Amino acid sequence: MTKGNFTRRGVLRTGAAAGTGLAAPTIFTGAVWADAHTGFTNAPQGDTVTLGFNVPQSGPYADEGADELRAFELAVEHLNGEGDGGMLSTFSEQNLDGTGIMGKRVEFVTGDTQTKSDAARASARSMIERDGAIMVSGGSSSGVAVAVQALCQEAGIIFMAGLTHANDTTGKDKRANGFRHFFNSYMSGAALAPILAAQYGNDRKAYHLTADYNWGYTTEQAVRESTEALGWETVNTVLTPLTQTDFSSYITPVLQSDADILVLNHYGGNMVNSLTNAVQFGLRDRQVNGKQFEIVVPLYSELMARGAGQNIAGILGSQNWDWKLENQLGDRYSGTNAFVQSFGTKYGFPPSQAAHTCYVQTLLYADAVQRAGSFNPCAVVEALEGFEFDGLGNGPTLYRAEDHQCFKDVVVVRGKENPENEFDLVEIVEVTPVDQVTYAPDHPQFAGGSLGECNPGA
Amino acid sequence: MDAIILQILNGLDKGSAYALIALGLTLIFGTLGVVNFAHGALFMLGAFCAVTLSRLLQLSHEVVDDTRTDFLGNPLTVDVPYVYDIFGESAGAAIIDWAVPLAILFAIPIMILIGVVMERGLIKHFYKRPHADQILVTFGLAIVLQEVIKYFYGANPIPTPAPSAFVGSFDFGAVLGFDPGSIVYPYWRLIYFFFAAIVIAAVFAFLQFTTFGMVVRAGMADRETVTLLGIDIDKRFTIMFGLAAAVAGLAGVMYTPINSPNYHMGMDFLVLSFVVVVVGGMGSLPGAVLAGFLLGIIEAFASMSEVLEILPGINQIVIYLVAIIVLLTRPRGLMGRKGVMED
Repeated sequence: MTKGNFTRRGVLRTGAAAGTGLAAPTIFTGAVWADAHTGFTNAPQGDTVTLGFNVPQSGPYADEGADELRAFELAVEHLNGEGDGGMLSTFSEQNLDGTGIMGKRVEFVTGDTQTKSDAARASARSMIERDGAIMVSGGSSSGVAVAVQALCQEAGIIFMAGLTHANDTTGKDKRANGFRHFFNSYMSGAALAPILAAQYGNDRKAYHLTADYNWGYTTEQAVRESTEALGWETVNTVLTPLTQTDFSSYITPVLQSDADILVLNHYGGNMVNSLTNAVQFGLRDRQVNGKQFEIVVPLYSELMARGAGQNIAGILGSQNWDWKLENQLGDRYSGTNAFVQSFGTKYGFPPSQAAHTCYVQTLLYADAVQRAGSFNPCAVVEALEGFEFDGLGNGPTLYRAEDHQCFKDVVVVRGKENPENEFDLVEIVEVTPVDQVTYAPDHPQFAGGSLGECNPGA
Repeated sequence: MDAIILQILNGLDKGSAYALIALGLTLIFGTLGVVNFAHGALFMLGAFCAVTLSRLLQLSHEVVDDTRTDFLGNPLTVDVPYVYDIFGESAGAAIIDWAVPLAILFAIPIMILIGVVMERGLIKHFYKRPHADQILVTFGLAIVLQEVIKYFYGANPIPTPAPSAFVGSFDFGAVLGFDPGSIVYPYWRLIYFFFAAIVIAAVFAFLQFTTFGMVVRAGMADRETVTLLGIDIDKRFTIMFGLAAAVAGLAGVMYTPINSPNYHMGMDFLVLSFVVVVVGGMGSLPGAVLAGFLLGIIEAFASMSEVLEILPGINQIVIYLVAIIVLLTRPRGLMGRKGVMED
């Protein structure tokens, strides 16, 4: 036997609650999130908000980490209304006015990733648990990015990746709380292949030396598939240990093969050493199959180029961004000069692409919070998904909702023959339009992962 | 055949570096009985002597060039090295170009001084301590030295090229009757091999044909008796530590054009060099040299793609595999002496 106890007020209350619940997925817009300043990890209290910048401060990528940190400091200055404002004035969204983020002054803490996944997770955890960081950004390797991204997902924190190029970061290891502005291996292959074919011809035989870890595999696959599609033949692919310093034993077999192109899928110290060794062995002076032998480095880095010195002259590669873009290719890349001006004035030299991506990621996060009207990670995710913007140096850019990867033009560069100074190491050969580097979210090179649900933590 | 010749050249080249570092390690172990894990750091410091001299030679004053602009659009500031002012532009440029060979002269006194200070300031306090303590303290010292270098020079590799006269490769193919261009080898790597051979020969000659060397050898064989004869063997051993540091430093100086030096380069060689010393036989100088070249050649052959197709990854473990086999069949190493590290 049941007893009915319906009352008019009870029905109204229940109806209102049920209606709110049913409507929730569609009304999670800025206005609603604006009321939600609790119920998520590290909800900012008081008049400040803390960001966590996790960069390599020790280890082989410490110089790259230092440049990232410079950019983060600059971004925080600009968000707080100090300095010349940098890209705030060129950003297509004009939500950031120098009063911090949602009126809260931006503070930051830093961690040292040491370019080791466990150390990076430990420093990120410390920044989240001890310092109350609401967002974590930075890093200079894909291994670290994937590890910290997973941690941020568990903790309910937004992760705005720094320099990470492996497909997996927004492929099989993608997470709802993680976002990558930097380009990836697939994009490098897609951007480089047509230019390689145009510069060196379609009838080429390539020999790949590949760093024996995840980034190396994805980069080799991307470049191999893209160049083979244009007619190149891959004659051999050899994995080299990550700890290798002298590559002479790997270079000499190249001399014995009938390859006329050497692709060095190396980064950091590996890249500096393998390229130096290849040039020492006279590969660039060789004629094979009646053609000039060429070397290709799919991912360029200004700091690595500096390490390789004159050996990079004439070597083609790809970059996410270059500080000369706006001067050489015009207004499409607006924001570049504003950033270079700010950074150059403060530090005395032009910024690296690692610095650029970190600066941009900080502004993008701040803007997303501003638009969402909340620091709630799920609100930020919603604001960033499918977000189209411009004026941050790369031209029109999309943060794709399906995988949280930014899609934008890719810069193809070549080592300068006669650099005028230590910062003027590469020249822009061409920019590959975004359409040519865009791929389907379920592309085989990115298969196997899922974003999952955003996690607000708490 | 040409592939085999190339890998032998690679092996001799790699072996040169291994042998030079292992020689210094063995000198220190043989004289002082100290297992010096900071020896790789001495190799690195030598390389940075070359970097430092290169930078000193490039010390500049600024001249504003109004006809050109920098990246911010301001008039370009051009650095003019002082050596240009002193010696003229072409002679100054030649001096800067020859920075690495000149660094040999620069590095010898600095490395001997570093070695002596290291031995007197730290290592001597650990003579009577167990080998484990020596390893810990010298490894700690290596990390400190690395961090000091990183603080002043950064983490990024610093290109330090060979003189332009030695850039390029020697065509063995044309000389040996093979196809021209089939066996080419960089000039600087050949120079490195001959340099290593000269240094090794000089060290052996010093120990073999001088009174100082004779006393040191006597001290290595029986320290107590030499001391009882009234010879201050500690002083001589300190000098030997300085000499070993200089050998490691010279190996580092000459290595800079092969791979751009960074603060971590010593560690990359350290473990391998210890394997070389163990395979050669603890305390045996000829053993260290022999094992250095032998392991260099084996490692080079293991990296051939034909070998890797049959045994993937063998290149990464071959040295340790050889070490296991040698130690199982000859527990004292190839040329080890009885009684060393056996108490």
